[in-house]
Amino acid sequence: MTNEQLIEHLSKAYPDEVALQGNQYPEITVSREILHAFMQNMKSDSNLSFDYLVCESGVDYPAFLQVVYHLESTTHKHFLVVKSNTENRETPALDSVSDIWPTAEFHEDEIFDLLGIKFNNHPHLRRLFLDETWGFPLRKDFYDDIHVVER
Amino acid sequence: MAEIIEKFITGDEIKTDEYLVNMGPQHPSTHGVLRLLVKLEGEIVHNVEPHIGYIHSGIEKMTEALSYPQVIHLTDRMDYLSAHMNNEAVCLCIENALQVEVPERVKYIRTIFDELQRLASHQLWWCASGMDLGALTAFFYGLRDREDILDIFEETCGARLTLNYSVPGGVMFDIHPDFQRKVKEFVKKFKKKIPEYDKLLTGNIIFQNRTKGVGILSKEDAIAFGVTGPTGRASGFSCDIRKHHPYSAYPYIKFDEKLGTDGDSFMRWKLRMDEMRESLHIIEQLIDNIPEGDYGVKMKAVIKLPEGEFYQRVETARGEFGVYIISDGKKNPYRIKFRSPGFSNLFAINHIAKGWKIADLVAIMATFDLVIPDIDR
Repeated sequence: MTNEQLIEHLSKAYPDEVALQGNQYPEITVSREILHAFMQNMKSDSNLSFDYLVCESGVDYPAFLQVVYHLESTTHKHFLVVKSNTENRETPALDSVSDIWPTAEFHEDEIFDLLGIKFNNHPHLRRLFLDETWGFPLRKDFYDDIHVVER
Repeated sequence: MAEIIEKFITGDEIKTDEYLVNMGPQHPSTHGVLRLLVKLEGEIVHNVEPHIGYIHSGIEKMTEALSYPQVIHLTDRMDYLSAHMNNEAVCLCIENALQVEVPERVKYIRTIFDELQRLASHQLWWCASGMDLGALTAFFYGLRDREDILDIFEETCGARLTLNYSVPGGVMFDIHPDFQRKVKEFVKKFKKKIPEYDKLLTGNIIFQNRTKGVGILSKEDAIAFGVTGPTGRASGFSCDIRKHHPYSAYPYIKFDEKLGTDGDSFMRWKLRMDEMRESLHIIEQLIDNIPEGDYGVKMKAVIKLPEGEFYQRVETARGEFGVYIISDGKKNPYRIKFRSPGFSNLFAINHIAKGWKIADLVAIMATFDLVIPDIDR
């Protein structure tokens, strides 16, 4: 599908969510309640068949945390960016997609480690790079009082 | 006593308890500080749990305090064997965001450097994986010939490993006057070397027994685990970014995307060997046709990206490398995420190593071509 067709298809199937053309790829922001069902559909729908999770990244915004999924279909060759926001910054949580794409398990470990987003139904959520004494370094309000020298 | 013996003997097989072995962080075949917690029963691998982070340097956090040209210098510390490709990815992302069209000459130079870098990386990979499997001679052959490529790099950009040659809008300096001649000489010389490597290892019966049929990764699993690069292509996953989303001078040239079928360690080996031949083929098409012109366009002293999100994918020697920049219009990025190929590739190892012997795990790791700073970032 071309980008326009993809956006049209998604806006028809999910009228409550916002689908638009980004700088390069079509983007859709999905509410966290339907995230898992939406992703399941992205992979199983034969017109879409997004079977390759290219990249999963966490982003810190002032009011919430966001997880961005870059999806590609190896059969149809189209690309989609899916975003989902957490409810707040204090107890951020989203549903895990690791049962849909196994690679997500480790990307989610990384996001949990660096941003502190909890993933529900994740098989084995653990800190990947850092140990328990660290906070969540990729958050904007993170302050490292051991390694940063104030001038 | 009889009870204990009975516990271990079921049917005709003698069973022992499962036990844990730490492979790494200081282990020659992990090529860096990677720790694998291996659950073994006798010699049979039951589970592999990678523990990473020993060389985590927080590059993504650091970029938030740096300007865009400074970010480029951090990227070649990640996958140091694909330094130029990583630099190029960030440059392309910045150029796309600012809608800067770079001169044709720059595209050609960048692509030649990409392929030379790929050759250098595959060189180090093939000789080091020979060493992992016990063939030490290969190591000297590989490093000897890799030196020629590094000399060419050194002459043009002053560095051998962390090149820092690409800058937004072009390359840092023009190529050395001897560059074309030396590359042509190298290609001619190197063409004769590859059959030599094949004689050394590919045709070696011990090597074949160690790798054929070992650690089979199916195409479906390769896609599901996001395994890209030569490792993914050996399983038949057509994932060459150079082919599917061409950048720089790749749209102008003809080359084949090599695809394997078996997905075993030997196929991963053979595919990288074929890729080296293909890289030579690409360099041959470009080296005589470098257009005259500027080696860069003038960029503003302070580069500010427009507000928005930008994603750039390139093919490094290890697979798909992605740069995801979120900009809020300031001179430093709001957030940069690097999608490193090694990170996704590493976690497929547990899936395919189960049931193989611990020596086969070394063969699997060797043919996965892991670079640890690329995984840890």
